[in-house]
Amino acid sequence: MATMAFDRTPAAPAENPDNKVYFDGCRAGKLLLGRCKDTGKLFHYPRHVSPFTLSSNVEFVEAKGTGEIYSWSVARGKEPYCVAYVKLDEGPIMLTNIVGCDLDALRCGMRVKLTFRQSEGDGAPVPMFEPA
Amino acid sequence: MRNPAYIVGAFEHPTRKAEDKSTAQLHAEVAFGALQDAGLSASDIDGYFCAGDAPGMGGLSMIDYMGLTRLRHYDTTESGGSSYVIHVGHAVEAIIQGKCNVALITLAGRPRAEGMQTGTAVRSFGAGVPDEPFEIPYGRTIATMHAMVATRHMYEFGTTSEQLAWIKVAASHHAQHNPHAMLPKVVTVEDVLNSPMVADPLHRLDCCVISDGGGALIVARPEIAKSLKRPLVGVKGWGEAYKHQSAGAIDLTYSAARFSGAMAFERAGVKPADIKYASIYDSFTISVLVQLEDLGFCEKGQGGKFVADGNLISGVGKLPFNTDGGGLCNNHPSNRGGMTKVIEAVRQARGEAHPKVQVPNADLVLANGKGGNLGTRHGCGTVILERE
Repeated sequence: MATMAFDRTPAAPAENPDNKVYFDGCRAGKLLLGRCKDTGKLFHYPRHVSPFTLSSNVEFVEAKGTGEIYSWSVARGKEPYCVAYVKLDEGPIMLTNIVGCDLDALRCGMRVKLTFRQSEGDGAPVPMFEPA
Repeated sequence: MRNPAYIVGAFEHPTRKAEDKSTAQLHAEVAFGALQDAGLSASDIDGYFCAGDAPGMGGLSMIDYMGLTRLRHYDTTESGGSSYVIHVGHAVEAIIQGKCNVALITLAGRPRAEGMQTGTAVRSFGAGVPDEPFEIPYGRTIATMHAMVATRHMYEFGTTSEQLAWIKVAASHHAQHNPHAMLPKVVTVEDVLNSPMVADPLHRLDCCVISDGGGALIVARPEIAKSLKRPLVGVKGWGEAYKHQSAGAIDLTYSAARFSGAMAFERAGVKPADIKYASIYDSFTISVLVQLEDLGFCEKGQGGKFVADGNLISGVGKLPFNTDGGGLCNNHPSNRGGMTKVIEAVRQARGEAHPKVQVPNADLVLANGKGGNLGTRHGCGTVILERE
């Protein structure tokens, strides 16, 4: 029997000068990754400092928005929802929700694609994933 | 005297719901209990260690409240529930360096009296935490993040819910002998699997309890330990390590105990097979499984087989663990289980655990703490204690 994920409205992300680029990207329908220009390595969550070298020589690049579930869980309650780590095809793994899915059919390795959900109030849209 | 410092006092608060006491009061009560256990007085303390559960700016308010006047060393290393295990190592190092002679470590809190939904509510640590805007919108909880560790472990290694349940079963076998335990009833694998799902694949009985209370330890230099009447429990090895999301290169299959444990074993010059008893941080059953592997008690991925069929039950299995019932059945004061892990290890080393669970000749024991979140960022502290 299928149990559809409850389509919850996410809390608005707390924006600050460091993460504004990322959430402005979300407003434009883009999922951004950080890229360390010294090492060429990609990272998530994006920040203005390279987590590989500590230098500020970083840029933001758009992800394709495709990947697979690395791990998942379902918060059980009256309104069950899936918390997951998704491994993007570019490499980095990010925390997210899987939405529009059967909670009984989730598995590691499942292919997923990017979608957005408007957060509470005037908050930024939040990047989530749904079965591909 | 073979070791650089000794745990001369240990005290666990008997309360599990402290509606009639303040957090500061609980800190002071456990400090007094540990001093009495050691046969020392407050004026002997010249080092103080506490973490984020202490009310006020670091430990300053507690130093004032308890009237500590002779401090010359003070350490507020905050690593969640592992803090107090890490503090033991820091206290040993401070004693070696001559910074103090008698170190007091305290933990206390009252989340149960305050009605806190520790594992199932979305928690924030306040404005400015850089990772939270990338986590809180997703409704992540402590339970879901630990559950993802379990999901991945099952996927990579074939670990089962039945195997995880054996960890709770073992803890419950020990808790039945502890008059203070919140869950003293012996449970079966079926009981765990039939309890409500909290966060797939973790059931309610895969989770620890929420309790008030606290604990304290006194660490002293060898000459002082020798002058006291308590059994000599030396700190033979210690280590600490930290693990995080690695900027997206996440691997949920191991914990920082892989490194803190290796450090402690190297310092102690012993091997996992030499350990007679182990206190393992048990916020959830999966937390125990991962730490046992990382500490080297079994190969990575073999934890499920290792914990099954009562292997962690005192008198039954090869590695008795958490003989007070642990966080899974006894208590988890202030949502921070590291302190009680060390206290039960001290009881075992002294031969003062409950007779039904006391491990014969427990002259080499281990305690491991994990604090923070196994699924995001956490710290581990390991200590190896030797009865002389």
